[in-house]
Amino acid sequence: MAKISKKNYIINVLAIILVFLLLKFFISNGVISRYYLGIIIFICINIVLATSLNLATGFLGQLALGHAGFMAIGAYVSAITAISLKGTGLPNTVMLLISLLLAGIFAGVIGIAIGIPALRLKGDYLGIITLGFGEVIRVFINNIKMTGGAQGLTGIPRISNIDNVFWITVVVVTILYTLTNSRHGRAIISIREDEIAAEAVGIQTTKYKVMGFAIAAFFAGIGGGMYAHYIAFLDPNTFNFMRSVEILVIVVLGGMGSLTGSVIAAIVLTILPEALRDFANYRLLIYSGLLVIMMIFRPQGLFGTTEFSMSGFLYRLRHNQLFSSRKNLEEGD
Amino acid sequence: MPLLETKGLGMRFGGLKAVDNFEISVDEHELVGLIGPNGAGKTTIFNMLTGVYLPTEGDITLDGLSIVGKKPYQIVGMGAARTFQNIRLFKDLKVIDNIKIAYHNEMKYTTIEGIFRSKRYWAEEEKAQQESLDFLKIFDMQAYADTYAKNLPYGKQRKLEIARALATRPRILLLDEPAAGMNPHETKELMETIHFIKDKFDIAILLIEHDMSLVMGICERIVVVDYGKIIAKGKPDEIKNNPDVIRVYLGE
Repeated sequence: MAKISKKNYIINVLAIILVFLLLKFFISNGVISRYYLGIIIFICINIVLATSLNLATGFLGQLALGHAGFMAIGAYVSAITAISLKGTGLPNTVMLLISLLLAGIFAGVIGIAIGIPALRLKGDYLGIITLGFGEVIRVFINNIKMTGGAQGLTGIPRISNIDNVFWITVVVVTILYTLTNSRHGRAIISIREDEIAAEAVGIQTTKYKVMGFAIAAFFAGIGGGMYAHYIAFLDPNTFNFMRSVEILVIVVLGGMGSLTGSVIAAIVLTILPEALRDFANYRLLIYSGLLVIMMIFRPQGLFGTTEFSMSGFLYRLRHNQLFSSRKNLEEGD
Repeated sequence: MPLLETKGLGMRFGGLKAVDNFEISVDEHELVGLIGPNGAGKTTIFNMLTGVYLPTEGDITLDGLSIVGKKPYQIVGMGAARTFQNIRLFKDLKVIDNIKIAYHNEMKYTTIEGIFRSKRYWAEEEKAQQESLDFLKIFDMQAYADTYAKNLPYGKQRKLEIARALATRPRILLLDEPAAGMNPHETKELMETIHFIKDKFDIAILLIEHDMSLVMGICERIVVVDYGKIIAKGKPDEIKNNPDVIRVYLGE
């Protein structure tokens, strides 16, 4: 098992480095303009937000509608930290990492505080209570001095760039992947599958529910921090309910319980509204139309609960099974 | 000392007394059957024994320690595993992962070790994988290891649920109507499986069942309940001829 995995690691690491080098290459010779670069950074931020929400909604199976709230906490904590670190002469990357770490921890702690009472509820009820908490956070930020209130927060150092955002995203997705493939991840998934059965085989369901929720909040905080340091201006109203829904749509479209699905969906759904700008007012119509069609023909999302694996893909490529039936593919994995 | 013992166990739902003064003791390596007509309170008793319900009266001891007020996962840790009347599998996971989840507490690596994949992670995961496969082999299900649990035939799903319960290394296994919905052939296979696991894993089994042929065929002792009260206890032959039992099951 370990040996095969080592080979897979190398393939995946090489693939990621290749993507990064291609990105750098296209940026340096001007194929990717500043506008496109901005979209790529937003893709990365959305990947972090979507994969983290996927942990709570897809893997843990708890409908959470307050993700923008955790993102907001992360964004503000990170921004305020960076502002206060501004004259200390720290290199930008170190400053970013400290801010993001604090942002994640803060969001995670709030996630635990909200999760303990909220996770006693299930389904729609949990959805409503998380929605409520998300709004509470936004309204709270809107009304305190430290955050600049409704006027917004300015003067945030603009220290997110394609290099650090790209690699932070890679690290976040990797951590979520290894987490979901460990015994703790299996415990989290078992709660989605059947909470009563999970407890009957010795899983501490309450602990793992709160843990899954808190880790999701932690990474949402980091996503928020990345956003703050790219936009360099924060307005509380960007973290409203619609933001949470946007992230949820990415998760549902990619497939609940598939990290690679969330990555692909984040890419598609960040590019799509931009690509549709030519259609002006019909943009949202087309966007929602595509989502409806998607849900009719592939309700489980692009990837369902399965992961895209590089080694599996290469295996299929070698054996000419790229488009053969699912059953054969599973044997290949 | 009996392995599992209840004293004056009672459960009241509002004004309804579902279980009253229920006393049972199961010794190590014993196979005891719990039977009774529909609504007699059998599953309520099971839910109290496994920590799903908190009994309103009485005490339950497992190996001398009281388990009243303990959470289901704690009771599993103390050595009592169960299956459910309506099979509860992790349906969208592979058969092998169903077993591996039951190995959760057997593994000790921390979350951080799991994320960064320490040596211990690999060692313990490897061991869990191997042991889960061995487990499936015992139940002759190794061919299904990579099948999704929901795609198994009914009899095999039941078998997997029992295997998953056994993977938690219990000292007593509580089976809630394992033959429900099975045809005679599957029931016969199940009887053999139950016999087999009792000897192989050297554990005690408490079985709730409707299927008389199954209960009479394999149980060493039988307890009959009706309206939450024990109406008869004894060996299968004694139960078969007990006038109270005949009255309850067949009417007067």
